[in-house]
Amino acid sequence: MARFTGKKAKSTPELNMGSMSDIIFMLLFFFMVITTMRESSLYVKIIPPQGSEVTKLEKKSLVSYINVGVPLPDQQKKYGTEPRIQLNDQIAEVSDIIQFCELERSARPEADRPFITTAIKADKQVRMGMVSDIKQELRQAGALKIFYNASKGGKK
Amino acid sequence: MARKTPGLNTGAMSDISFLLLAFFLMVSNINTDMGIARKLPPPLPEDAEAPDVRERNIFVVLVNKDDRLLYNNEYGRIEDLKDRAKEFLGNPNNLPNLPEKVATDIPLLGTVDVSKGVISLRNDRGTSYDMYLQVQNELTAAIKEMRDDLSTARFGKKFADLTEQQREAVEQAIPVAISEAEPTKIGGK
Repeated sequence: MARFTGKKAKSTPELNMGSMSDIIFMLLFFFMVITTMRESSLYVKIIPPQGSEVTKLEKKSLVSYINVGVPLPDQQKKYGTEPRIQLNDQIAEVSDIIQFCELERSARPEADRPFITTAIKADKQVRMGMVSDIKQELRQAGALKIFYNASKGGKK
Repeated sequence: MARKTPGLNTGAMSDISFLLLAFFLMVSNINTDMGIARKLPPPLPEDAEAPDVRERNIFVVLVNKDDRLLYNNEYGRIEDLKDRAKEFLGNPNNLPNLPEKVATDIPLLGTVDVSKGVISLRNDRGTSYDMYLQVQNELTAAIKEMRDDLSTARFGKKFADLTEQQREAVEQAIPVAISEAEPTKIGGK
C-alpha cells in the first residue's frame, strides 16, 4: 500500500495558468485593432448638434479635425470665453487653417491626399460667422471635402 | 539523469496582460464620428461672374440671426423645409413656376429628367450652427428620400443597398443641388 501513503501531504494540484495569459493577450490585440487612440485632449467644450440624417465618417486615418467651441472653464483664463478654434493640440486662429491643411496633407501618402476629409466639430452654440470663415479658409486651402459633425438623434 | 523542469508560475503574466488590456480600454475610443458630409465649391477667381440662373430654378432659403427661416420671400418653418425642397426638386406636375428638367441619358437608368433646380442657402453670420445643421439635415433628408423613391422604382431596393454603379447613376439623376452664398453680416461675430 505504499502507493497510497506518499510522503507528501495532500495538496490541491496547481492550476496551469499559462493559457490564461494567451486568452488575455488575444483580447488585448482585439481591442488594439478595433479602436483608435484618443486624439489630443480638447480645450474647447463641444456639444454637437443633432441630426436625423447623419452618416458615419469613413476612413478615420484620412480625417483632420477642426474643433470649434467655447474654451473649457479651466482654460478660460488663457483663451477667453469667446468660441475658439482648436487644431490638433493648440488653440489657433482662423488664419492658421491653411497651414494646418498643408501640414495634414504632407503627413499623408501621396495617393491618399485627394481623399482627405476635414471634419468640423463645432458646438451648437457657435455662430455661423466663424464656421463660414473656416469654410472660406478651407476653400482657399483646397480642402473641399468637409464633414459637419453631429450626433444621431431625431429632433422632430 | 532526466530531471523534470519545474513548472513556471505564469499566473502573474495574465495580471500583466490584464493591466495592458485595461490601459488600452482607457485610452481608446470606439465611438464613431457621425455627421453630414458636404463638398465645398473650389475657390472662384476674383473676376468670376455669377452664373445666369433662371428664377424658377432657384429656391432661396434664408436663415437670419434669430434662426428664423425665409423660403422664397415667405416665412417658413423648419418642419416644412423637407417637403418644400422635395416639391421643388421633384416638380412632379411640371408646373411652370418650378424648375425646368433636362432629359439626360444615364447608364442603367436610360433617359431621365434631371431637374435644373438649385437650392440657394444663405445664412447670417449670427445664425447658430445648430440651426444651420438642422437646415442641412432637412435638405439631406429631402434628397435622400427622393433618391430612395427613384431607387425603389427602378431597382426595387433602397438607395443604400444599391451597387456602386447603380448608386452613381441615381446620384447623377438626383444631384445634391445646394448652393451656399457668402453669409450676410447683420448679426455680427
